[in-house]
Amino acid sequence: MPLTSPSRRHLLASMIATSGGLALSPLLAAAPPAPLLTRPIPSSGEQLPLIGLGSWITFNVGRDPQGRRESVDVMRQFFAGGGRLVDSSPMYGSAQDVIGEAVQTLKPARLFSADKVWVSGGARGVAQVEASRKLWRVPRFDLLQVHNLLSWDEHLPILLAMKREGRLRYVGITTSEGRRHAEIEKIMASQPIDFVQISYNALDRDVEQRILPLARERKIGVIVNRPFRQGDLTQALAGKPLPGWAADIGCTTWAQALLKFIVSHPAVTCAIPATSSVAHVRENLLAGTGRMPDEALRKRIAQDVERLA
Amino acid sequence: MSEWWTYSLSDFLMFSGRSYYRLIESYNAAIWPAHLLALVAGVIVIGASALPRQNLQRSAALVLAAAWGWVAWAYHLERYAEINTAAPYFAAAFAVQALLLCWRAYRPGNAVPAPQRMALGLTGLAIFAYPMLALARDNGEWRQAEVFGIAPDPTVIATLGVLLAWRAPAIFWLIPVLWCLVSGATLMELKIGHAWLLPALAFISSLASIINRKTPRDLNSTANPRS
Repeated sequence: MPLTSPSRRHLLASMIATSGGLALSPLLAAAPPAPLLTRPIPSSGEQLPLIGLGSWITFNVGRDPQGRRESVDVMRQFFAGGGRLVDSSPMYGSAQDVIGEAVQTLKPARLFSADKVWVSGGARGVAQVEASRKLWRVPRFDLLQVHNLLSWDEHLPILLAMKREGRLRYVGITTSEGRRHAEIEKIMASQPIDFVQISYNALDRDVEQRILPLARERKIGVIVNRPFRQGDLTQALAGKPLPGWAADIGCTTWAQALLKFIVSHPAVTCAIPATSSVAHVRENLLAGTGRMPDEALRKRIAQDVERLA
Repeated sequence: MSEWWTYSLSDFLMFSGRSYYRLIESYNAAIWPAHLLALVAGVIVIGASALPRQNLQRSAALVLAAAWGWVAWAYHLERYAEINTAAPYFAAAFAVQALLLCWRAYRPGNAVPAPQRMALGLTGLAIFAYPMLALARDNGEWRQAEVFGIAPDPTVIATLGVLLAWRAPAIFWLIPVLWCLVSGATLMELKIGHAWLLPALAFISSLASIINRKTPRDLNSTANPRS
């Protein structure tokens, strides 16, 4: 799938809109940001930025006012930097409600809401989706995914019917950490889904063998979760000097290099790193800009990460 | 879920250490100065593990029952459930333990225990030392102190001490020991330095309990010592 750069004018307009016209962060105000690259959703052609935002653990802050303020700040920075796709699940505790608070506060113009259904039984799924929608404070979801394939055979027909009726734009399935890939493949081959969400990073590359090629063949978008192995990978690489190739692709941190490795795979639509830090959001978004590694450099990145992590 | 074996502890941990301790901080702030009352209650519990008096044992059982009931409602249901979907189940378990302790308070023929150093040590640790761990943690502060009768971990440790002094049957140990494992696993995943403490205390105290139960009771440990 080709990468596309949105115009800087559009990007700046969206940043000003999402920041309410208030002062931009020093980093963003200092220089015009590089445009966040996009890739088309295979089933529709709609462009989606390469970097999304996950919410596992990071946005589950309960009623803590400070934690909620910080989460809203993270989302403010994400939207200001051109981000669109935010991913959550009923499994993530208070994350959906925290996202809803940010949506209500920031009113992002181009939010791409990606949530999940995670309950046994199709009928209960309908009620859960509606409860989730209310927590998100959105009129409808852009994407609903069957979380970890739980009761997928009951949920998928309902979600596909919602899509046909215009109550949902895209349908997907998810897994994480390499689980149930055989079943994922079967569903990808047999069901008219738009997205598959999987774990993929420079160390966990099983999906390169079958799932990513199958996604390209079947025109299924790929969302990548746990790009840093829930922080373990960046922690393992902390303090290790970046190899020379990092500067060639505009990376100043390992996190950026790890993200560029992922989103440069042509089958990947976007990666969804989760963070509770505004600085990390900026860092992550920069990974969706500038030059991307080619196939040879991707191999080298994987080798170096394997050696150093 | 046909591949449970592929899941690790980290797959079930859905919050960060920061959120966890901030929750304790806001909980402490919301109920202060209940901590002072909890401290007084804690002294009764220490007394029960140190002095072989029937009335004190009953008071300690009621104090512990109230503590378990309070933690079930105010901590697990009202607060922990905000960030942990399993918290309502923990609340139910804590409520069951509270009922067991109530039953123990009024059950006829309770033996009055002999003082035991380990029991005294456990209750003392729970009430005076455990809150201090907040200061020993990285970025920890006193406002995040976990206090007996307010937070689950010190409440459970104090209970282990009293159960040991009582030579309580296995049914009383089940929920406290399970909680020690759950809490230890949670703290381990959160990479908290003292994650080992609760499982270790559960192991040592239950082992001591088994040994105690196989040895003859002390002369002080009679069903009706004053008759």
